[in-house]
Amino acid sequence: MKNRRSQAAWAALFLAPSAIPLALFTLWPMVSSIRISFERWNLISAPVFVGPANYVKLLTSPLTAEVFGHTLAYVLGYLPLVYVGGLALALALNAKLPARAFFRAIYFLPVVTSWVVVALVWKWLLNPSNGIVNALLGAVGLPQPGWWTDPNWAMASVVLASAWKDLGFVMVILLAGLQAIPGDVLEAARIDGASTWRTFRHVTLPMLTPSTFFVVVISLIKGFQGFDQVDVMKGGGRQGSSQVAVEQIYDLTFRYGRAGEAAALSWLLFGVILIITAIQLWGQRKWVHYA
Amino acid sequence: MFHRPLKLAAAIAVSLLALTACAQGSATTTGGNATTAASAAPVTVTYMNFGANGGHEKDLDAISAAFTKAHPNITVKIETVPYADYFTKLQTAVAAGTAADAFELNSENFVSYSSNGALAEIAGAPTASYKPSLLQAFAKDGKQYGLPESFSDVVLFYNADLFKAAGVATPTKDWTWADEQAAAAKLTDKSKKVWGDYQPISFYEFYKALAQTGGQFLSPDGKKVAFNSPEGVKAANWIIGKPGKTMPTQADGVGTPDFDTKLFSDGKLAMWHSGIWMFDGLQKAAFNWDIVVEPGDTTKASAMFANAAVVNAKAKNAEAAQKWVAFLTSSDEMVQTRLASSWELPPIADTAKVSAYLTKGKPTNRQAVFDSLDKTVLPPVIASEQEMQDAVTKELTSAAAGRKTVDQALKDAETAVNALLK
Repeated sequence: MKNRRSQAAWAALFLAPSAIPLALFTLWPMVSSIRISFERWNLISAPVFVGPANYVKLLTSPLTAEVFGHTLAYVLGYLPLVYVGGLALALALNAKLPARAFFRAIYFLPVVTSWVVVALVWKWLLNPSNGIVNALLGAVGLPQPGWWTDPNWAMASVVLASAWKDLGFVMVILLAGLQAIPGDVLEAARIDGASTWRTFRHVTLPMLTPSTFFVVVISLIKGFQGFDQVDVMKGGGRQGSSQVAVEQIYDLTFRYGRAGEAAALSWLLFGVILIITAIQLWGQRKWVHYA
Repeated sequence: MFHRPLKLAAAIAVSLLALTACAQGSATTTGGNATTAASAAPVTVTYMNFGANGGHEKDLDAISAAFTKAHPNITVKIETVPYADYFTKLQTAVAAGTAADAFELNSENFVSYSSNGALAEIAGAPTASYKPSLLQAFAKDGKQYGLPESFSDVVLFYNADLFKAAGVATPTKDWTWADEQAAAAKLTDKSKKVWGDYQPISFYEFYKALAQTGGQFLSPDGKKVAFNSPEGVKAANWIIGKPGKTMPTQADGVGTPDFDTKLFSDGKLAMWHSGIWMFDGLQKAAFNWDIVVEPGDTTKASAMFANAAVVNAKAKNAEAAQKWVAFLTSSDEMVQTRLASSWELPPIADTAKVSAYLTKGKPTNRQAVFDSLDKTVLPPVIASEQEMQDAVTKELTSAAAGRKTVDQALKDAETAVNALLK
């Protein structure tokens, strides 16, 4: 008994360095935001309790649907791009290439790079007047869009930068999935005379579905939480066309002094992500094959 | 998920603090130990501002050094933040109770801070020193909650060399929109990437253009929008009719930082609607340039901006902070520093003290800065100021990008702003 108690004390001691900051900077703000979501608070004067008014206002405002629409558009652009790109990279780097460890590291580098740095680099690349992308497009006679300064192109710019940054993450997960496919299965397919495409389509892809499922769930959640990239590349963003949910939460709090509504919107976003993830978990039985 | 913006904001705030801490190191060493034997115990006053950002940091340091010379026991610790981040940072600092003892506010944001009890009343200020209209702008219910610190206006800058080369007569103070448009068309040479005109598509240009064509932004009782009117349509068309014709578009890079400043400095822009705070940065321009009162349509209306220094209601050293704020806004040292560096104008009533400004170098026609004051228009102010500005800018941008008609954009802006006024 005494022994067990001292074990618990030791466990608490070792957990403390991460548990205390987690409680202080994640759990406490989360709990507080529930309270704030029922208040009217402009950050300058004291908060006032208003009941569910913030939720009612958000759910009846057309702007909420608009913001979630933009968020969905972002996710729908981002997800296929990052998955197909990551899969192509994983397949290429799964082959016996010279220096492939080096390339794997290179492609993973953007994942661990700060969003602020990545977004600034992409702003330069996509600079409408003197960026390299438009210079190349111009050289081959293609139209040169206004990218992030043009409200019609701002979302595309953000999607492009986001997919590029997260490519390495998807690549690593899928690469691990590819390496877990037993060599004898692929060999059997080859002996049976299956073409490379058929092997890929009917052996590799199905056996990769657990990794694919993981990537889709994580990327969707990430997509719905997108903020840093939109905020830094906000040229056209602040003017509405690429206003995503978290950006709206930020604006409501720090620009418009409506922290209560912002907290309520956070919880709505949480609900949306929860529902989508639950649907995915339920749906995965139909298409994910665990070997 | 909701804590991410908070985390980011905290990270930004921390890095800003770190950056400004470096800057403060040099600023606060002035006037330190020499006269510590003097009267009271040493006191430090913190002051946050945006006005000195982008080239005038040293001038603000000079004013604070002069203040410490006059009040040896008070040191001012200055934090300068870029305008784009300023109000976000200030709001967060006020909410967290970590705002500076004194800080700068513009007239648009003054209302929300004074009506929420965030500001201390300033007693014993040398009120006779200020232009009465400016002083009045920062009073509420007969109490002075801020002292006017500077003001500025927007004029029409022009590149005289481009006008000469194109054989077009340079602008005069009698110009109207029609004159500006005709000249801009002649001066635009897309093959050389030379543009005739530049006027940002924003709330700030819209309320001014509206006044220039005789319209009103809000109804007389301030409870409803009045800009969805024939005048409003005319003003919106005037602004958004420029891109692609006489003004570069977003595809040309409009919206990238300092795009217009660079375009004008590179000699590729003939006319530019911008503020007098640009004078200092243009001193090195390798061409002849001057300014003129902005053209109007049916009447003249120049944009005027006024900033104030205020004292935090929770200031630790309120008395010292008030002394600093009074010195910063009315002392002769401040007047001299502002004039010598072509900074925004001092708010003082004594025109004789300001007359030196007229002969301080380029531009030659500095009289236009004062002529513009004959007919000015201040930004409309409502409680949800930022949201109103964003909504109007957003709708104008949509119309400019061709995603909406001007009529529809004004109607949508009207709906959005009316909702804020409820």
